[in-house]
Amino acid sequence: MEFYNGGMATLEHATAAAPRVHEEVLDNGLRVLVQEMHTAPLATVWCWYRVGSKDEMTGQTGVSHWVEHMNFKGTTNIPRDKVKGIIEQFGGYWNGYTWIDQTTYTETATRDALDRMLFIESERMASCLYDPVDCESERTVIISELQGGENDPDTLLDQELTAVAFKAHPYRHPTIGWLSDLQAMTRDDLYSYYRRFYVPNNATLVVVGDIETKEVMRGVARHFGGITPAEVPRRQRTKEPEQFGERRLTLSREGTTAYLKLGYHAPSIADPDFFPMLVLDAVLTGAKGVNLWASFRTPPPQRSARLYRALVNTGLASAVTGGLVPTAEPFLYTISLTATAGTPLPRLEEAVLVELERVRANGISTAELEKAVHQLRARLVFENDSISNIAHQLGYFETVASWRGVASLQTRIESVTADQVGAVASERLRSINRTIGWFEPLPIGSGAAMPVGEGAGAGPVSTGHRGTESMMNYPPSCFHMKSPGKHR
Amino acid sequence: MTTATHRGLSPVRTVLDNGAVIVAKQSQATPAVTINAAFAAGTLFDPSHQSGLAHFVSRTIDRGTLTRSADAIAEGLDRRGVSLSVSVNRHVMSLVCTCLVEDLEGTLDIVADIVMRPAFPEDEVKTRHGEIVTLIRQDEDNPAVAATEGLLADLYGASHGYGRRPRGTLHSVEAIDRAALQRFHAARFGPAALSLVMVGDMEPARAIEAARVAFAPWRAPAPPPAQLESVSRASGRRVRVIPMMNKAQADIAYGFTSIRRSDPDYYAYWLMNNILGQYSIGGRLGDRIRERQGMAYYVFSSLDANVIPGPMTIRAGVNPGNVDRAVDSIDEELARLAADGPTDAEMVESRQYLIGSMPRTLETNVGIATFLQTEEFFGLGLDYDVRVSDLLMAVTRDEVHKAARQTLVPANATVVIAGPYAGSTV
Repeated sequence: MEFYNGGMATLEHATAAAPRVHEEVLDNGLRVLVQEMHTAPLATVWCWYRVGSKDEMTGQTGVSHWVEHMNFKGTTNIPRDKVKGIIEQFGGYWNGYTWIDQTTYTETATRDALDRMLFIESERMASCLYDPVDCESERTVIISELQGGENDPDTLLDQELTAVAFKAHPYRHPTIGWLSDLQAMTRDDLYSYYRRFYVPNNATLVVVGDIETKEVMRGVARHFGGITPAEVPRRQRTKEPEQFGERRLTLSREGTTAYLKLGYHAPSIADPDFFPMLVLDAVLTGAKGVNLWASFRTPPPQRSARLYRALVNTGLASAVTGGLVPTAEPFLYTISLTATAGTPLPRLEEAVLVELERVRANGISTAELEKAVHQLRARLVFENDSISNIAHQLGYFETVASWRGVASLQTRIESVTADQVGAVASERLRSINRTIGWFEPLPIGSGAAMPVGEGAGAGPVSTGHRGTESMMNYPPSCFHMKSPGKHR
Repeated sequence: MTTATHRGLSPVRTVLDNGAVIVAKQSQATPAVTINAAFAAGTLFDPSHQSGLAHFVSRTIDRGTLTRSADAIAEGLDRRGVSLSVSVNRHVMSLVCTCLVEDLEGTLDIVADIVMRPAFPEDEVKTRHGEIVTLIRQDEDNPAVAATEGLLADLYGASHGYGRRPRGTLHSVEAIDRAALQRFHAARFGPAALSLVMVGDMEPARAIEAARVAFAPWRAPAPPPAQLESVSRASGRRVRVIPMMNKAQADIAYGFTSIRRSDPDYYAYWLMNNILGQYSIGGRLGDRIRERQGMAYYVFSSLDANVIPGPMTIRAGVNPGNVDRAVDSIDEELARLAADGPTDAEMVESRQYLIGSMPRTLETNVGIATFLQTEEFFGLGLDYDVRVSDLLMAVTRDEVHKAARQTLVPANATVVIAGPYAGSTV
């Protein structure tokens, strides 16, 4: 019991709101969340940092994500050539991702790897190497990641729409960064950014699985207790000014398919409008849930959703998706459509706007509310199918608000009324609150070839990892993480 | 605590009088059940003049039955929060969904209705045709799809069941009408072609009884097995470029035909593939091309040992200026593994990883259901999850070396490059 006798005081304990989660904050400010789950002989560790692409300055866009990549390249006590296999020898999986509000690292392995996983995360927090040769080598890996994203026209449109919808707030630039910044940043830029934000008082460590809480806390104290806190510089962010009129953009590039995307300024997770908006999205495009790590892997139940019926069942679009993700500050609610071959974009746009005006004018029915709430509740159950997904939610919510928000998700969803949904539809789906983006394909060979590498999408970007045995699935799954809510 | 790796999954398996195989496994992770219904009705059963037919069926089979309209199915699933996905690979069409435990019987009833009595209404066929045309056009603008499909066509021939495009072509789907969909369903769907797996927080007896109620009345002739010709290994190197100058990055698909899943050498090949292009972040290929050369965000290999020798594929996405260098590096890494075999340390690491990752593979209901379907499809036995570690432990370094020598011959590789790349100095 060295931890409890060693004077590292426990500052906070979990409230009754989520009795199964044990919370402690170390003297150095590291917040630790532990949940015992004895359903499989596994443990998962996630270490979250409150730093994402919204913290980046002009000239350094993409630095958060590049730093994430560098934090897999060896530490003082994990030589570069020992990184490979450090978790795999326990049958484990590791990954990381960066998005607008957060950066996170994770390992999932058999429970006997617990101490190893805590050791890795403590090393990552304090002792990464940033070898100049590795920094250079990773520059081109990230540019390759960016260019792979640009091969997808919908990803390009997403990036352009986000940049137009925000004219001031740093949510406007893609997490992977703009190409010229990726070409210009130096090793010192990366390292100083790392040192500024990777301190225990800016982090949350989440451990879930077949573990004993006391054992976890002893390990945490041993590995993290000696890491010195430091003041995290206050980040003054420009507030996005109110939008006074619809914005539009058109991408004209060679391609085979037309895409339409609408982006509306959306409520942050702290805004009372968030949950009515979540229900509204379920009515329009089917419930996705609120787990960024899990939601996009399974398509939503949407066959009876309003926009699916009005646009896909009528043959105007081959796919429709809605995207609303919990964020720390107001981000976007997006509706993405793939036009069927031969459908002009103006016709598709007119049809979707008719539907959105209808819900603005008339709200939703009680039956629609009940169905959407049931879908969202089922989604919460389905999302909790693995220790990784459970741990992800605790840490993710801590980076956008508080982990305690996870426990109240169901109650918040169930308390939404049809009137509230009608009110947010009327207010949020106004034309002056939206940006409309078109991807208009030019004929292949017409000469509008891609100048390679501009940025890539508003979705989170991950380090990437392949799975295990080749099963009988075809085609093989994609190597890197795609934007949430993107299904074909 | 469930000690899946020690006691094994031990699912309950039963065969109904009409030949349908039902497998149920209780798991208490969440109050939900995953339903995975697989039929031997993959794309290789497409008639030669109607490639894309199985895929077309997968997009229309759940759009109305003789007793339920498309809207009624949509309502029935959506109000339970259930998203049914119908997917098709070369051999199998799968209907997969997850529902709350309380909704098991109701959901299974809809799934059974869909597979037994699809109506393929004319208006739905027309609408989904438009969607499929759009999907094919999107594929044609996607270098990763173009390279992968191009490789399979070159390895197997464009008319072979493994070589043709799974969604068909704009031309071939024009020839698909309602009658063709009905014929495919009549020929390939029947209880004897069904393998139904259910995994979740329910008593296996309850799940099996629900399946019996839903499927026991089904009477249909057993579909004939697949007629598939094996393809001889390529001799000589083939390189093909598919220029897509509107793209930012080039995709490389590089491969060979490999072995059957039933081949006793499978476990040596599995380890060989893991060492070459999987372990940690892409095995030896990842070490070289991503970590040391910084050329690619993704580079990996995959092994699809199947009913006939399936493809062994190496994939990478690189800047067009690096295509030649990346292909050279792939050649060199393959030649090195073929010449020297794996190290003892690599053998230990990959074995530890593959055995140690079993609890993760079997953590979720979806993961267990997929695993049990693979067991069924390849006839691996219900205790395969327990036996697999011994099978991997028994593989020697020499056997992995032999697998590499047999397969990884750059002089016999087939290479397809799709993207903003016109040169062919490879």
